[in-house]
Amino acid sequence: MFGLHYRLERKAIGLVLAIVGVASIGGIVEIAPLFTIHQTVEDAPDMRVYTPLELAGRNIYIREGCYACHSQMIRTLRDEVERYGPYSLAVESKYDHPMLWGSKRTGPDLARIGGKYSDEWQVAHLHNPREVVPESVMPAYGWLLRTTLRTSDLGANLEAMRAVGVPYTDEMIANAAADADGQAAPDTPAAAGVAERYGAATTIRIFDGNARELTEMDALVAYLQILGRLTDAAHKPVALGE
Amino acid sequence: MIGQLTKTERHLALIILSALALVGLTMTAAGRGDPFGMQGAVVLLAAIAGLFCVISGLSDPEPAEDRLERYYDDPSKIGILLAMVWAVFGLFVGDWVAWLLVDPDLTFDAGWSSFGRLRPVHTTGVIFGFGGNALIATSFYVLQRTSRARLPGQLGPMFVLFGYNLFCLLAVSGYMMGITQSKEYAEPEWYADVWLVIVWVTYFIVYLRVLARRKEPHIYVANWYYMAFILVVAMLHIVNNLAVPVSIGGAKSYSLFAGVQDAMTEWWYGHNAVAFFLTAGFLGMMYYYLPKRAGRPIFSYRVSIISFWGITFMYMWAGSHHLHYTALPQWVQTLGMTFSVMLLVPSWASAGNALLTLNGAWHKVRDDATLRFMMVAAVFYGLSTFEGSFMAIRAVNSLSHYTDWTVGHVHAGALGWVAMITFGSIYASVPWLWKREAMYSARLVEVHFWLALAGTLIYVFAMWNSGIIQGLMWRTYNDSGTLAYSFVDSLVAMHPYYVARAIGGLLFLIGAVVGCYNIWMTIRVAPQERVPAADQPEPAPARAALQPGE
Repeated sequence: MFGLHYRLERKAIGLVLAIVGVASIGGIVEIAPLFTIHQTVEDAPDMRVYTPLELAGRNIYIREGCYACHSQMIRTLRDEVERYGPYSLAVESKYDHPMLWGSKRTGPDLARIGGKYSDEWQVAHLHNPREVVPESVMPAYGWLLRTTLRTSDLGANLEAMRAVGVPYTDEMIANAAADADGQAAPDTPAAAGVAERYGAATTIRIFDGNARELTEMDALVAYLQILGRLTDAAHKPVALGE
Repeated sequence: MIGQLTKTERHLALIILSALALVGLTMTAAGRGDPFGMQGAVVLLAAIAGLFCVISGLSDPEPAEDRLERYYDDPSKIGILLAMVWAVFGLFVGDWVAWLLVDPDLTFDAGWSSFGRLRPVHTTGVIFGFGGNALIATSFYVLQRTSRARLPGQLGPMFVLFGYNLFCLLAVSGYMMGITQSKEYAEPEWYADVWLVIVWVTYFIVYLRVLARRKEPHIYVANWYYMAFILVVAMLHIVNNLAVPVSIGGAKSYSLFAGVQDAMTEWWYGHNAVAFFLTAGFLGMMYYYLPKRAGRPIFSYRVSIISFWGITFMYMWAGSHHLHYTALPQWVQTLGMTFSVMLLVPSWASAGNALLTLNGAWHKVRDDATLRFMMVAAVFYGLSTFEGSFMAIRAVNSLSHYTDWTVGHVHAGALGWVAMITFGSIYASVPWLWKREAMYSARLVEVHFWLALAGTLIYVFAMWNSGIIQGLMWRTYNDSGTLAYSFVDSLVAMHPYYVARAIGGLLFLIGAVVGCYNIWMTIRVAPQERVPAADQPEPAPARAALQPGE
C-alpha cells in the first residue's frame, strides 16, 4: 500500500484524479438517493405554493439574515414537539428554494409561528422587540415599516421559482404584482383574485395596519403568518410508507 | 509590484482589467435602482484601481532575466498583508455582533448594521478573507520551495490573489446591502460565485503548472493538502451554488434544490468547507511550517498518508450530522454519524504526527512563541476534532444542536486551530519573505500569543457553559410533566456568558492588531544583505525536459 503511494505521489495528475475520486463517493451515496427514493418527501396533496406577497416576505427574511438566529425545523424530540408543535416534515419545505431549516436558536424556532400571534403583535415586535418582550436581544427592524415593497419584479421571481420546479401557473406569474397588492387589501377585486388563485384559505389582511401603502412589513408578516400552514400534513397521523 | 511583470503580462493585465471594468459598467447600468447596480460599482472601482496601478507602472523597466533564479514571492507578501487586514476587519465585526447579543441597541437604525447582515460579514471576513488569503499566500510559498521551482509567470498568481479578494469584497459589501443566498458559508449570490469559479480554476492551473515543473520527484505532503483544498472546494462550491437567477440584471437567484435535498447539499458543503477549507489547507500549512520552524523532520511519513486519505474520504460523508432528528431520512443521519466518529482516527493521527514532530524540539516551543502558536494549534486541532466527533453522536447532538455549544466548538477550531496555525506560519514566513533576521519584536509575538490563547479559552469556556445550560433548560420538565422554562428564561440565563464571550473575542482582536504592528515594523527595518543560498529554485535545466515520473 505504501509502495503504491510512493509511486502515486510522483504523479501530479494521478494525485488529482485520486483526490477527486475519493472525495466524490460520500456525496454521491448520500445525496443522489434523496432525489430518487420516493419516501424521502411525504405526499401532501393540499400543499400550496407561496403567494407573491409571502414570497416577497420570505426574501426579506433571507435578506435580513433571520435564519442565523431562528431555525425552521422542529426535531422529533418530545420537548421540541411540546414547545413548538408537531415535528417538521420534509414536504413542508419542498417549495423552499433554498430551505431555511437553520442551525442555531438564538431565538425560538419559527416553523409553526404562523397564526400563533396577531399581526399587531408581529408588527410591534419587529418594529422594536423590546416593546413586547423586554428581555429580547433581537434587532429592531424599524425600516420595514418605512420601506415600500417593490412588486414590479415579483412576476420574474415567480418565473425563476417555476424554473427550479415550483408549480406556479402562467396566470399566477402574470398577476404576481397585483396579487401582492390584493393580499393586503381585503374586499377589493384584487383580493378576490388572490383567493381564486391560491385558495380560499389564503390570509387576506392589512398586515401592517396601514391600508394606504404596501410595505416590506406587510410582506414579512404575511410570510411569518403562513409558516407551518402551507399544508396540514404534520397535524395528521403519520402515514407509514408501504 | 508592476515592475515584476513582463511587458506582455502588463498588456494582458490591461486587457483583463478593461474587460472587468466593462462587466462592472454593464452591471451598474443593468442594476440601476437595485443593490446589484452598487455591486457593479464595486467591480468597476476595483477594475479602475487596478488599471491605474498597471498604467502607472507600464513604462517601468522589464524585470531582469535573473529573476528566474529566485522564487516569486510578491503574491505571498501581498497575500499575508491582506490576510492581516481581513483578520482585523473580520474579528472586529465578529466582536461587534457579539456585543449586539449583550445589548441589541449598540447599533444604528439601518439595515446594513443589523445583526443578521453583519454576522455573515464576520464569517466571510474571517474564513474567506483572513483564512483564504493566508492559504493562497502560504500555498504559493510552500509550493515553490517544496517543488524547487518558480511560479510560472507573474500574472497568473496575481490574478488569483486579487481576483479572490474582489470576490470577498463583493460578498461582504453585498451582505450589508441585503444580498445573500442565505446558504450558510455560501452566502454570495450567483455573479460572485461565477467569478470565484474563474479565479479558482486559474489557481488550480497555476498549481498544476508548478507541480509539472518541479525538480523534486516526490510531491511533498503539504501540497497534497493544498491540492485537496483547491479541488474539493471547487466541487463543493459549484454543486452547492447551482441556482437560477431571477434576471441577468439582478442579484437575486433561487437555489436549484429545495427542502430536504437542499439541506443535505448545504451541509455536505458546509461541513466540508470546514474540512477542506479550514482543515486540509491549514494542515498543508502545518506540514511545512511546523517542521521547518522546529528544525525536525515530520515524525511519520506513513501516518501522514493514512491521515490524508482518511480525511479526504471520510469527511465527505459527515455533513448529515448537522441534520440529526430532522426531516432528513434516518439512514443518511446514521451514515453521517458513523463516519464522523471514524474521522477521529485520521484527525488525531494528524494532530499526533504534528506533536510528535516536536520531540527533541520542546525547548524551542518553550522559548519561541511562533513555534508555540503552531504547537497550541495542533493541540486545539486534536481537541476540536474530538469534540466534533462527540457532538456528531445523535444523542449528544440532541442536546448540543441549535445551542451555543456549536458556536463554541466552531471557535475552538477557528480561533484555536485555524488562526493559531496561521499566525504561527505568518510569523515564520514574514522574516523569510522580506529577508529579515527575525520579527521586529519577539516580545510582541509573545504578547500576541497570550492574548490569543486567553481570548480563545474565555470564548470557548463561555460558549460551552451557555450551550449546555441552554440545551438542558430547553428539555427540563417540572414535576407536573410540563416544560420548566420558557424560551426567554433560557435567553436571560445566557447574558453573563455573552458578556464573557465578547470580552474573549476582544482579546483575540487586540492580539491581531498587535500582530499587524509587529509585521509592519519588521518590514520597515533594513533587509539582510544576502539571500540564503538554500532559498532559491533549482537552476533551470539546459533543455525543458520533464522529470521522470511525470
